[in-house]
Amino acid sequence: MKTVSRSLCFRLLLLLLIPWSIFCPALGNALEVPPLTGRINDTAAMLSQQTVANLDTLLASLEVSDSTQLVVLTIPSLEGEVLEEYSLKVAETWGIGQKGHDNGALLLISRDDRKLRIEVGYGLEGTLTDLTAGRIINGVIVPNFKKGRFDQGISDGVQAMIQAVKGEFDASGVVASGKSKEFDPAGIIVMLFFAFSFIAKIFQRKKVAASVTGGIVAPVLGLLFLPQLGLWLLTLVPIGLLGGLVVASRAASTGSGGGFYMGSGGFGGSSGRFGGGFSGGGGGFGGGGASGGW
Amino acid sequence: MKQFFLLVLVGLVSVVLSGCGYNTLQTKEEVVFKAWGDIESTLQRRSDLIPNLVETVKGYAAHEKETLQAVVDARSKVGTVQLSAQDLSNPAAMQQLQAAQGQLSSALSKLLLVVERYPDLKANQNFLDLQNQLEGTENRINVARQRYNTAVSDFNGAIRRFPANLTNKFLLHLERKEYFKAEEGAKTLPKVSF
Repeated sequence: MKTVSRSLCFRLLLLLLIPWSIFCPALGNALEVPPLTGRINDTAAMLSQQTVANLDTLLASLEVSDSTQLVVLTIPSLEGEVLEEYSLKVAETWGIGQKGHDNGALLLISRDDRKLRIEVGYGLEGTLTDLTAGRIINGVIVPNFKKGRFDQGISDGVQAMIQAVKGEFDASGVVASGKSKEFDPAGIIVMLFFAFSFIAKIFQRKKVAASVTGGIVAPVLGLLFLPQLGLWLLTLVPIGLLGGLVVASRAASTGSGGGFYMGSGGFGGSSGRFGGGFSGGGGGFGGGGASGGW
Repeated sequence: MKQFFLLVLVGLVSVVLSGCGYNTLQTKEEVVFKAWGDIESTLQRRSDLIPNLVETVKGYAAHEKETLQAVVDARSKVGTVQLSAQDLSNPAAMQQLQAAQGQLSSALSKLLLVVERYPDLKANQNFLDLQNQLEGTENRINVARQRYNTAVSDFNGAIRRFPANLTNKFLLHLERKEYFKAEEGAKTLPKVSF
């Protein structure tokens, strides 16, 4: 009997596993996005160290003054991927540009395919238009590339891109928030405040009832406003219990319901840019830009 | 005590509803609508480029009347086929729009093929710029289409999965959305050689 149930359990487990194998997207094959190592990612070794250093300084000062992020990536080969799709994938994975401004652009060069593309974020589409990007590619970069002058071509191209986007944004008003999740504690604190006032009104001095209700209401509100918290919502149970108890005790001591203040605290997803190194700010892309070849 | 039960009931109902996808489904539908808006604006962008393109080509290849006329006709047809948010659930309307856009795509690629015969035109800066913009727009359409289709599959999946399907059946009555498929004509991007 025991063995039967055990093998049954095993089969059930297998059955449960099947959907996973079906729905998990097939990985592999696709050319992976290289890690973001800096503003100039020369994985195809097309640039001299001098050029890399110069461009990095240029682009860093652009980000300081404008908050606009331009990134260069050279790859040895696309390995059969479509240039436009790959470049969008890279730009989105890295999140070039500041969140909300979407002021990022990527210059992607595939060495062996002899193809290149400028991918432009939403915020820069007004200045670095498809037209401008196309002219930079065909008028500035490609003529140099045709003569094998990659350093010159990429430097001139990046400088032309900087010229196009310069002054479109400024650094003020950019929140140094990196790629952190949005976390808005204001909503839940306001709701908790009202909920506890309400509880205090209803239960007056009944500490246990108020406390239990608080313990139920707090996570429910949390679920409605911050569902992304997941299991952390459970921490709202003791907070609610305590809150209910406090309001009821206050009501008991003052002899009246209502009149309740809850100091906001506890919440606040602290986030900052990763110390030192360069990282994308979470800018968005929609396929703007231009492609070319040499 | 009655108030206590009322409060618990309200709490339970909100938990059950949000757990059953009441909010999620509507958010997902909004994502579909937004993605559709993006498709429409990119299609509009392409449409806007055409008069200029036709004029430029006319200057060099005036006797390619038939090809030029086909583009102009296809463009005016595209202008008459618009989908509202409700039409996204209507296969016939979507089919109509795809047919019109596909026709425009194939007329355009024919035009760009004809242009190959006119070296003067191909060297014209204005024409090169237009080609650049047209290519960029085609790419945007592709991106917008992919994002729309992802949003649609996400939404269509969500309204069929338990328990959200019950929420939808009894409360929301949202309809499944149509995909925006690439037309045969649109699959071959107008190739440009310099």
